[in-house]
Amino acid sequence: MSSKLVTLLVIVLGVLAVAQLVRLYELSSKLRNRREEDITNRDNKLNANLLLVFMFAFYGLFLYLMAEYGWTGRGDAATVHGVETDWLLNLNFGIIFAIFFLTNTLLFVFAWKYVKKPGVKAYFYPHNNKLELIWTVVPASVLTVIIILGLKTWNDVTGDSSKESIKVELFSKQFDWTARYAGQDNILGKFDYKLTTQENELALVTSATLDSAIKYMEFGKADSTVMGIKLLESKLNNPKNMFIPEDREKMEVDLDRKTRLLRLLYQMKARHNAKLDANAYDDLIQKDTLHLVVNKEYELSFRAKDVIHSAYFLHLRSQMNTVPGLTTKMKFIPTVTTKEMRERRNDPKFNYVLMCNKICGGAHYKMKMIVVIDSPAQYKAWLKSKTTFKDEFHKAPAAPASTTDAPADSTQMAKI
Amino acid sequence: MSALTHDNHGHHSAHDHHDHHEESFVSKYIFSQDHKMIGKQFLITAIFMGLVAMLLSILFRIQLAWPGESSDFLSFFLGETWAPGGILKENMYLGLVTIHGTIMVFFLLTGGLSGTFSNLLIPLQLGARDMASGFLNMISYWLFAISSVIMMISLFVETGPAMAGWTIYPPLSALPQAVEGSGLGMTLWLVSMTLFIAGSLIGSLNYIVTVLNLRTKGMSMTRMPLTVWAFFVTAILGVLSFPVLLSAAVLLMMDRLAGTSFYLSDIIVGGEMLENHGGSPLLYEHLFWFLGHPEVYIVLLPALGLSSEIIATNARKPIFGYRAMIGSILAIGFLSFIVWGHHMFVTGMNPFLGSVFVFTTLLIAIPSAVKVFNYLTTLWKGSIIFTPAMLFAIGLVSTFITGGVTGIILADSALDIAIHDTYFVVAHFHIVMGMSAVFGMFAGVYHWFPKMYGRMLNTRLGFAHFWVTIVGAYGVFFPMHFVGIAGAPRRYYDYSVYGEFDTNSYEMIMDLNVIITVFAIIAAIGQAIFIFNFFYSVYRGPKAVQNPWKSNTLEWTTPVEHVHGNWPGALPEVHRWPYDYSKPGMDEDYVLQTVPLGEGEEEH
Repeated sequence: MSSKLVTLLVIVLGVLAVAQLVRLYELSSKLRNRREEDITNRDNKLNANLLLVFMFAFYGLFLYLMAEYGWTGRGDAATVHGVETDWLLNLNFGIIFAIFFLTNTLLFVFAWKYVKKPGVKAYFYPHNNKLELIWTVVPASVLTVIIILGLKTWNDVTGDSSKESIKVELFSKQFDWTARYAGQDNILGKFDYKLTTQENELALVTSATLDSAIKYMEFGKADSTVMGIKLLESKLNNPKNMFIPEDREKMEVDLDRKTRLLRLLYQMKARHNAKLDANAYDDLIQKDTLHLVVNKEYELSFRAKDVIHSAYFLHLRSQMNTVPGLTTKMKFIPTVTTKEMRERRNDPKFNYVLMCNKICGGAHYKMKMIVVIDSPAQYKAWLKSKTTFKDEFHKAPAAPASTTDAPADSTQMAKI
Repeated sequence: MSALTHDNHGHHSAHDHHDHHEESFVSKYIFSQDHKMIGKQFLITAIFMGLVAMLLSILFRIQLAWPGESSDFLSFFLGETWAPGGILKENMYLGLVTIHGTIMVFFLLTGGLSGTFSNLLIPLQLGARDMASGFLNMISYWLFAISSVIMMISLFVETGPAMAGWTIYPPLSALPQAVEGSGLGMTLWLVSMTLFIAGSLIGSLNYIVTVLNLRTKGMSMTRMPLTVWAFFVTAILGVLSFPVLLSAAVLLMMDRLAGTSFYLSDIIVGGEMLENHGGSPLLYEHLFWFLGHPEVYIVLLPALGLSSEIIATNARKPIFGYRAMIGSILAIGFLSFIVWGHHMFVTGMNPFLGSVFVFTTLLIAIPSAVKVFNYLTTLWKGSIIFTPAMLFAIGLVSTFITGGVTGIILADSALDIAIHDTYFVVAHFHIVMGMSAVFGMFAGVYHWFPKMYGRMLNTRLGFAHFWVTIVGAYGVFFPMHFVGIAGAPRRYYDYSVYGEFDTNSYEMIMDLNVIITVFAIIAAIGQAIFIFNFFYSVYRGPKAVQNPWKSNTLEWTTPVEHVHGNWPGALPEVHRWPYDYSKPGMDEDYVLQTVPLGEGEEEH
């Protein structure tokens, strides 16, 4: 407390001191008959020189930062297109460094050189069409090069992936990532968010998951922490139950919603083509770590469960937002295994990473997934250890602690 | 006094048919319809909002530099609710970031910059008695004031202010289950912005009408100072783009309150399965950035206009390429409407559409380059006087260059992929938009303070303020490029997560974050010089003369003491463009616009 008082006192005294100094300065100006708008030659010179000093300090800072941190953290690109975009980035950096140094130097040097000198009048020079044409055409032609090269690369990066590309889906939610591999057939099974249950977090569509979603909607969780339609109805219909109006309304809204969702589930079931089950059954679901094999093309598709996230692979020079209700896609070919990159960076603990790069809530900064780029042999070994969705779904225990329903924040109440 | 001797137009004879009726305190200082007073009201409100936003940034910078360490400063301002034990809460971090951005972009740099100087200078530089509608002008300010108050209130609600970033992308901003700030805080944000937009629209329409209709005799469009050109185009941009933000906000409000699905589809949040289906967050992003990008130029153009005027005056030279400057303002204004997609390269928007936006965006570099080179040529062979305003104007040109060139990288979609939404972007727009616009605003305040308050600011304090600000601000935003190139996403609460996968990046980011925060604190403390100088000089500054900077434009022909209607006699008549500085054959190195062309004299 006392320290705060002292701070306050110091501030007040400081302001008073400055005020007195300013008064003193003003009185002396008055005595010397100097007005605020008349900048003395001394002040003018001083500021002109300071501008030049500032320019050198600024360039010094820039060069120091470049030398010290220029490529730290970023390192070599680990994908085919990443090498291409890095080349382009360096080229563009070359161009903008040139512009930066040229124009800033002209600015500060002119400011320094043409400071007011007694007796020297400014040169009346209102326009010159030739000069203006030059600095319209020159930037335009430089930009033409930048645009053409940029768009060529952009088309390569965003073009369709080849048929053989390995299909992987990344599923994002507050605040983690889940990967799904397309399995033997290399076709990702269909999904529909309404099928989300604790055994089927990614909401894949199969005959069995449909049934289980319907059952879940009707009966809720076995421990009735989440009420199904039946339980809600019986509670609301029982005349012996007394509810405060807000609770009753909440339950009624919940019941209505679930009834409508249930109808949609039945419609889906009626239209479901059981032949498609196989696409989903052989999918592999993977949390925590994303395993990729080196030198194979990947087609990644993205989903979001709750809000927009962004899948940002810094070292693979790839990024794509994940959008609720929309499947987004991108492709890349990893070229450097994790092991090799660790050697290159001389950092045995280095890992590739997938970060969330779109604000998505309080723990946004923690939402990441380690990415491992394997050699073909390592990748094969890892694949062997995985079980298919079919096996996982059918062996799912009765009621494990569910992560699907884990509230994202402490303020949640209603459950599925 | 020389200003008056030049003025041989002889309107002094027609004195005093404006009787100086006594105005009440309320009609003079509060519900004033006088454009000069409204301009000052905008300025003071914006300065207050700017200080709040700056304080918010210091709060979250402390967290970024020393994550997880207890801070008395944080606990003093945020208390146990938001900084228990002096450690910032994750959610409040997002709240601070969001409100900092919102206030800076809209309240300081839109309301403050365009509101202050359009109001002050449009009538004065065009030779008009007041705005086209003084009443609407007053409404415009009061809507701005109310919206400021509501935005402030939102900082104090129990669930916190809006926390979805200043761009408030849904679904995060639509669902209170996703983040607590999307409850009442977001509602207040939307209400505040709705009022802000209404105020801004009324103001802009007023500016446009005034520029088109109330120019004095002889003030053709091509004799208008570049300031007025900039305000004029800014107002047009505002009128065309702000309604789109309003529609985005209204649709968001409907999704939040009326159960519609404009932006929501297939969502499970906080364990609750929502029924919304068929909406698209991309729709919101398109609507938002249709405002959001012109907004950048709404912020920037007035600053460029002010600095054009200040640079010409203090270099004692005509602005080089006056018509090219107008052309580039118009070109920038037009292009700003067809580039919004460059904010959306990696949102899932069709890549072909992305390539169109690459093309249009990079085109903007051409008029921007023209402006920069014209500024440089204006300085060349000038006779430069470094007033504080001039220093800030030169600072603006530097930041416009430094921030502008990195835009070339970001506009190139292929390169944007790897740096989108990183600190590289934060560095880019803080330098090119934040620093430039703030420098423009400071330049304007230093230059036109005598016109606003009839007194002079202290020049030496102005110098000190400039040097602390430019060193501090570059010190904050320049290193951010390197944090960004290392791939640090923006809006992260704690960058020590890097320690889990990359030691080198981790060390670099943590080091640079400390440096950035130290510079931020220095720059923030430096603003105290300005605040002191401003308020001290309002009351105690030395009295100003009529034309302290020996400038050509009409505002310097008005008396120092404000009168209703600006000119005591007849309105001045304009005979020449505003940039006849150091014209050969003239006695003085400036010629007021009211001076008729001499025998055989050519108009530039």
